[in-house]
Amino acid sequence: MALNAAGRSAGPGRLELPENVVVSRLDELANWCRKNSLWPMPFATACCGIELMATGASKHDLARFGAEVFRFSPRQCDLMIVAGRVVMKMMPVLQRIWQQMHEPKWCISMGACASTGGVFDTYAVVQGIDRFIPVDMYVPGCPPRPEQLIQAIIDLQDKIQREGTITGREFDTSQRQLRKRALVEADELLVLDAARNPVVQRELSAAAHRS
Amino acid sequence: MPHDPSVDDLLTAVTGGFGTLETTVFRGQTSVVVPEPQSLELLTFLKTQGFDMLVDVTCVDYLEYRGAKQRYGLVYLLASTTTNQRLTVRVFVDDPVSDHEEWPTVRSVAAIWKAADWLEREVWDLFGIRFEGHPDLRRLVMPEEFTAHPLRKDYPLQGRGERHNFPVITRDHS
Repeated sequence: MALNAAGRSAGPGRLELPENVVVSRLDELANWCRKNSLWPMPFATACCGIELMATGASKHDLARFGAEVFRFSPRQCDLMIVAGRVVMKMMPVLQRIWQQMHEPKWCISMGACASTGGVFDTYAVVQGIDRFIPVDMYVPGCPPRPEQLIQAIIDLQDKIQREGTITGREFDTSQRQLRKRALVEADELLVLDAARNPVVQRELSAAAHRS
Repeated sequence: MPHDPSVDDLLTAVTGGFGTLETTVFRGQTSVVVPEPQSLELLTFLKTQGFDMLVDVTCVDYLEYRGAKQRYGLVYLLASTTTNQRLTVRVFVDDPVSDHEEWPTVRSVAAIWKAADWLEREVWDLFGIRFEGHPDLRRLVMPEEFTAHPLRKDYPLQGRGERHNFPVITRDHS
């Protein structure tokens, strides 16, 4: 029986691949490339920024996970790490930076203040950036140790590998998300229900048929 | 902090010109209370007496304080870089009684000490005390569209919803 380079039996329907060829799905390949080259955009506003710098430094090297450069331009990054509390005055700036990043993009909310407002439940601190920005990973801690941030990056890499697509379909949530029922007008609701519910469809068509 | 006797001489000089002013010495720190009509004159006089540094202008809200006679207590911290003296000047003001004025007003010392420019802006922003004669009185730390004065005692710590008044950006339209 003939064997190909990988040691598997080379029968009909099996490709004979040389050693330096890998066959994969396009999505998986794209995910692998993207997850291993996450370039962070450090949005460091407070103390967590120091820990972010420490994570990028030589002892807990973040570059070995693909975060080779901390680009400070949103146009050149794919991962925004919000490290530190975000005040009311800074929130529109954060939103603008987020909108300027190109897709595919992800967001890590680092520390207690970015995730929930932390200890600062005051008139000026936003109680969690996920109220206004879509967040993919939360890192608890005040500040989180560099190892925790690295764990978040690893978890984000797993998430990208699991859920990513080459065209970024996973970011188009409007097709997957249903609008809140209470906010939909009644006649719109009927149309929506008809599209999904065969009983309503039958009733509507019977009523149309009769009239 | 050891008590500085030269400040006593200064105080006697001060009170000579301005009538009886209430002075307190607490742990070596001297403080003078001056009524609002004479505050600008006293501060100008103190500048001539060698207090060339205005360390801070701040305010205390005595809204819920037992025994308080007036609501706001402005604090001017002065220091002399030449003689190492320090002095605190207190000016008490109250909310205006008439409906035409919305904020208490004192005269600005920005012409005397340049540092008062931003210090008085901060007091205006957080306490709502207007400084007449200030070159550019607008908010300093809060956003310019903010309407309240957050460090007043009747303003809640968590605010009145201004901190969450932003559009929500979801994944679809980012």
